[in-house]
Amino acid sequence: MIHEVTWVGAAVKALIALLLVSAVAGFGTYIERKVLAWMQRRPGPAHVGPFGLLQLAADGIKLFTKEDFIPQFSNRLIFSIAPVITAGTAFMALAAVPIFPDFTFPEWIPLLGGVFVPSIASDVNIGILFILAAMAAGLYGPLLAGMSQQNKWGIIGAARTAVQFLSYEVVTGLSLLAPIMLVGSLSLVDFNDHQAAGIGSWLIWQQPLAFVLFLIAGFAETNRTPFDLLEHEAEIVSGFVTEYSGLRWGLFFVGEYANMITIGILASVIFCGGYSDFLFIPGWLMMGLKVSFFFFLMLWVRASWPHIRPDQLMWLSWKVLMPLAVVNVVITGIVMMAIG
Amino acid sequence: MVMIAFYFFAVLITLLFLVTVMSKNVLYAMTSLAAGMVLISGLFFILGADFLGAVQLIVYVGAVMALYSFAMMFFDMSKDVKEKNGSAATVFVLGGAIALMLVVVFSAPVIGQGVSSLYPEAAGATNPQAVGLVLFTKYLVPFEVAAVMLLVAMISGIILAGKKMDASLSTTEEEIPEMTQGGEK
Repeated sequence: MIHEVTWVGAAVKALIALLLVSAVAGFGTYIERKVLAWMQRRPGPAHVGPFGLLQLAADGIKLFTKEDFIPQFSNRLIFSIAPVITAGTAFMALAAVPIFPDFTFPEWIPLLGGVFVPSIASDVNIGILFILAAMAAGLYGPLLAGMSQQNKWGIIGAARTAVQFLSYEVVTGLSLLAPIMLVGSLSLVDFNDHQAAGIGSWLIWQQPLAFVLFLIAGFAETNRTPFDLLEHEAEIVSGFVTEYSGLRWGLFFVGEYANMITIGILASVIFCGGYSDFLFIPGWLMMGLKVSFFFFLMLWVRASWPHIRPDQLMWLSWKVLMPLAVVNVVITGIVMMAIG
Repeated sequence: MVMIAFYFFAVLITLLFLVTVMSKNVLYAMTSLAAGMVLISGLFFILGADFLGAVQLIVYVGAVMALYSFAMMFFDMSKDVKEKNGSAATVFVLGGAIALMLVVVFSAPVIGQGVSSLYPEAAGATNPQAVGLVLFTKYLVPFEVAAVMLLVAMISGIILAGKKMDASLSTTEEEIPEMTQGGEK
């Protein structure tokens, strides 16, 4: 049964995505600190509210009331635009990401009754490319922030942004090429339907190498440890966010967490079956579980691994990951030709 | 609706590229260039060429990022660039060429009335498929030539930059004895 997607449905979906991801991004900071503390055998936030849950509110109040500071010799316009670019592009990418299965509002709900809500706010037939492009454009945020603030740590952070971008971007594209060849479409809905037959049809079994490569590139894309070169506190103070405070700093933070969730969703939809029902577990819960797992994986890696140097990242991306990705694409092509 | 979107994008793109040309501040010039390139993809999306729009985004985001890294090396961001206005002849020729181009652009609707696509659109193909079909049938030779040129550029780039490829960029090897010395002190 094909439903017509109305603008109300798309708007509802966009609102769901926006609210959900902002909320999860906020709550994610608490989860991150608790999980890291648990892995490092310390209590973590514990004093504000039960289990330290109100720490979120305390941090929020601090962020909102902090002085909004712009350095004297910085380029004020670019300095103000940069955080908005990061947060804006992170949410732009979500426009083409399927978050939950499609559903229809029951008739008894006033106003919205009978409205069909699609799984993607805007199901463009080049979904993956659009998401990658939007997330790539997001790196202009750190770059401009670092270059506009007239601070040497900022400049180093900006230079590292360029290095990081030029390293991982090739790997992301090439690693996704093999799954795209198998499915024969760039739409994430087609990816989901391709793997709807159950856990055996998940693409991760056919493309384990592409999955690992995509995860590594995704870590670099979201500036997570081991690739958090842009703002590594021990080396360059705070990199591109050195001069930022208050809400502007918060925007960078929300953008980073939204990107983490986007990468989690991409990994689950492209490689791990997406939002299809699994045994007795409904699709929306399955999606939540998968994304939570990838979120947890990022924290797990952060707790376990030291971060690497910029030249090591370039070496890794260009000399190891990119050849592996190319070989993977070639082998996939040969096998597909042989099978027919 | 489409017209509003088109004029919105057209005006913004023109303004941004004007800033790119007029501004003496490298940061403004580069940022408006990047923003203009991103907005051009909006025109592709309006025309229904989703694939080209996304490719425009991906390619130019990367390309301008590389430009930024050069700008970072060559310019001081806090100061305006002193522009050298060379010979009057160059300015004259460039100005004339731009004026000629504007005439052609504004007369394009008149000239372009008889234009039709040289290659028929494949029926029922989605956006990327249509691009692929044309690229790998009618335009296969230019496509392959472009690929060879890119390969040549890549190899020459590696040769130029790769003289000390085997030596590590960082000084790990030399630093280790120094560090132990420091420890002994």
